[in-house]
Amino acid sequence: MSHQDAGPEGNEPTTPTEPEDSAENPPDATKQVAAGAGHPKGAETALQLLNAVLEGSSAVVTFLAIVLAIVIGGLLIAFTSPTVLHAWSHLFSAPGAAFSRAWDVASSAYSAMFEGAIVNPHTVSAAFHGGSIAAIFNPLSETAVNATPLILAGLAVALAFRAGMFNIGATGQFIGGAMIAGWIGFAVHLPMIIHVVVAVIGGFVGGSIVGGFVGTLKARTGAHEVIVTIMTNYVMEYLILFLLGLAVFRAPGLPNPVSPPVANNAMLPHLAGATLRINAGFLVALAAAAGVSWFLNRTTVGFELRTVGANASAARSAGMSPERTWIIVMVICGGLAGLAGASVILGTDFALTPQIYGTYGIDAITVALLGRGTPFGVVLAALLYGTLDAGSVTMQAQTQIPVDIATVIQALIVLFVASPPFVREVFHLRRRRRVEEGAQVLAKGWSA
Amino acid sequence: MSGREVALQLELRGITKRFGGLVANDNIDLTVEPGEIHALLGENGAGKSTLMNVLYGLLQPDAGQILLDGKAVRFHNPGEALAAGIGMVHQHFMLVPVFTVAENVMLGVEPTTFLGLLDRRRARKDVLELSSRYGLAIDPDALVEDLPVGIQQRVEIVKALHREASMVILDEPTAVLTPGETNELFEIMRGLQASGKSIIFISHKLKEVQEIADRITVLRRGKVVGSPPPSASDEELASLMVGRAVELTVHKDPARPGDVVLKLDGLSVKNAAGRAVVNGVSFEVRSGEIVGVAGVQGNGQTELCKTIMGLLPVEAGSIRVHDHDLTGTSTRAVLESGVSYIPEDRQEDGIVEAFSLADNLVLDDYNRAPYASGLALHLDEIRKSASKLTDEYDIRATSIDMTAGTLSGGNQQKVIVARELGRDVSLLVANQPTRGLDVGSIEFVHNRIVAARDHGAAVLICSTELDEIYALADRIIVMYEGRIAGERPPTVSIEELGLLMAGAGTPDSVAEAQPA
Repeated sequence: MSHQDAGPEGNEPTTPTEPEDSAENPPDATKQVAAGAGHPKGAETALQLLNAVLEGSSAVVTFLAIVLAIVIGGLLIAFTSPTVLHAWSHLFSAPGAAFSRAWDVASSAYSAMFEGAIVNPHTVSAAFHGGSIAAIFNPLSETAVNATPLILAGLAVALAFRAGMFNIGATGQFIGGAMIAGWIGFAVHLPMIIHVVVAVIGGFVGGSIVGGFVGTLKARTGAHEVIVTIMTNYVMEYLILFLLGLAVFRAPGLPNPVSPPVANNAMLPHLAGATLRINAGFLVALAAAAGVSWFLNRTTVGFELRTVGANASAARSAGMSPERTWIIVMVICGGLAGLAGASVILGTDFALTPQIYGTYGIDAITVALLGRGTPFGVVLAALLYGTLDAGSVTMQAQTQIPVDIATVIQALIVLFVASPPFVREVFHLRRRRRVEEGAQVLAKGWSA
Repeated sequence: MSGREVALQLELRGITKRFGGLVANDNIDLTVEPGEIHALLGENGAGKSTLMNVLYGLLQPDAGQILLDGKAVRFHNPGEALAAGIGMVHQHFMLVPVFTVAENVMLGVEPTTFLGLLDRRRARKDVLELSSRYGLAIDPDALVEDLPVGIQQRVEIVKALHREASMVILDEPTAVLTPGETNELFEIMRGLQASGKSIIFISHKLKEVQEIADRITVLRRGKVVGSPPPSASDEELASLMVGRAVELTVHKDPARPGDVVLKLDGLSVKNAAGRAVVNGVSFEVRSGEIVGVAGVQGNGQTELCKTIMGLLPVEAGSIRVHDHDLTGTSTRAVLESGVSYIPEDRQEDGIVEAFSLADNLVLDDYNRAPYASGLALHLDEIRKSASKLTDEYDIRATSIDMTAGTLSGGNQQKVIVARELGRDVSLLVANQPTRGLDVGSIEFVHNRIVAARDHGAAVLICSTELDEIYALADRIIVMYEGRIAGERPPTVSIEELGLLMAGAGTPDSVAEAQPA
């Protein structure tokens, strides 16, 4: 309820008062009182929503951070464009042109991005004149394809966040998963369906081994997971390079260190015809998010995980074993990142390369942060990233603005999400204080 | 650095402060005369700290006036309050642990040499001078992190004095002190008073207020409800504070001890530094009796409780509950053998502040029926039980979904008590179960513990509050430096108990045995 949020710093814990106390409150409190005084449920929810907006709940702040980042991104697009700069050098002789040119450049960039990530009107009209219907959905398919590994790797980081750990090792776990899924894909011969299922499971196992190694080290020796995961990232990056030099992994006859392509049976099936890249990996990612949500909120082990993350000392007193939890969490997180690797090797890339891991492991950290550590939030954040990634390619093709602007916008979003007071200041929102489980974990720092 | 010799007269008129729907201070009038020790008495959440934060410039009042020597003032931040001669010692100290005392004292008002460099020598000199003038006995070169809590508090007082405060606000200063340290603090307060400073002393401990205050103002639910003289009885003060008659003595029938539940045999525990903190302790607790472990803080009581709970490794000896050997088993195994545990530090070990009330109420039995089967949690059962316990244990919360961090300390403790006593208990291990609680909550917790005993539970209570030991214990065990210094019936005199706690049977050795 909203009226418990108020206690400023140094104040005694706000004791909830009985209704008769709040009933005699002066006018400025009537809004909250009205909500508590037996109004229909709808009105209460509406008031809560209003308060959430005015006080800037974490969801609202996240939304405003995205808006702010897009606005600033637009300014950057405009003012790095030579035509705009040229127009502005004649600001006093032709002020209208300066502003309109800036607007034109930024809006054409964003509309190109929209066309690349959501829907392109030309393909719609083309479809009416006998063109391909699938082409209409190509942008959305690309967004989903880009989002798939980010959802899975983002979950790997978010779940660890909730247990009070910083999993910087999604890259290494991703490689572990990609390696085993890829090897099963090209070296083993199995019937349809079974092959791809085994390969996906192999991806989970590959990531789990890397993650479990980290969790075990932390539990047994107290080694800090941040150091260990960063180091395992290096180990895995060089391990895949090394393996691609060996006959077992390397495609014969090619000059580059690339593995043979995975068998057709091991490829994740397309969901909407062969022309669209969207594949079953996207469903695996959504199922994983639902599974993580269930695991966190509805299972005893998930309860332990959240307790250890929120207060390890109280967890110990309650008979839980933080050490055991760390190992379990890292096995699952590693497995999720491994699935991300499997989704790339079996869904889009089809062959192992030394750079298969891309920036997924690092982007996963920002996706988890943006998603506030919740599975649902991670899905939304990954979809946003997928949109920007897919859209930026079209943007560069249409407007010659470099794809890197998408990275800049992603960075700005994370920057603003990480500094809620700044966003509240910009949008003149009220201050608020509240203990929020996810947010608290994210704000705890590196000394977990 | 001479200190302002003129004492301040403070008047608060009609101070009102609201937080949303909550009126924390409602039209409060308060006058503090120069050179007076004025006690502000009230339960947790009565609005004492809010009022002082308004006075100290941390909060702005919604209505009302602050008058200093008859002139209306307004403090927008603590700096302005300090400049006007008001200093505050917070309940949680604002010290930099890795700095020396002198460095902490000069922080914010650093003296500099003519070259603009820090003048540490002058800061040292200032500390020494203040320390000797008010009998504080502080070493300016000691690192703050090495100092015991009582001395750290003095550093805070020196900080206030160094900024020439004429009026010092002490927010619950005794909450963190041992009885000995409390007496030393009172000496210091009297010294300050003698030199003309006025003191606002915030407390919810009746005996302390009676002992030290010149005048008392009682707050309840944000309002001034009375200004009794210091000669008022415990009962009068308590009923003013709580708003109803309070039973200060726990009514309990004589114990009817049954079978041995807990049996410790030669139990020894070492700390990280390898020192024996529990040393060859043997005793039994039977069902239907309360054994109270008395002792000055830090004599092994905490380690004793934690070791029984499987939270510390056993060095030697054995722990048996109901004739099952629990030596070296896990905390989970101890809990599952019917042991309940109220830890010493509720926010650190007892609850998870970011969790809902419902989650906190199943924190250590979430994995048992009916709350779970296999991997799956039964949220319905958890919520049903939470609603029941919230009613039964009078936990004041608007909903079981509220986060525990937003509850007052007393209600947080009720959550722990409800969780630990709400299930079948064969042994209760409670360490300082009422620390930092107000009179009403203490009464509640004590009654619940006695009720558990009467239902046949064996109860082991560690407490540094002798009042609590006398109120609850059917047998008293005194711990000193990890050993059992003696066992006495509850009729033992407080003098004899004091001697045992100081580690001596003879009065001569008491002085040197006092903890430093």
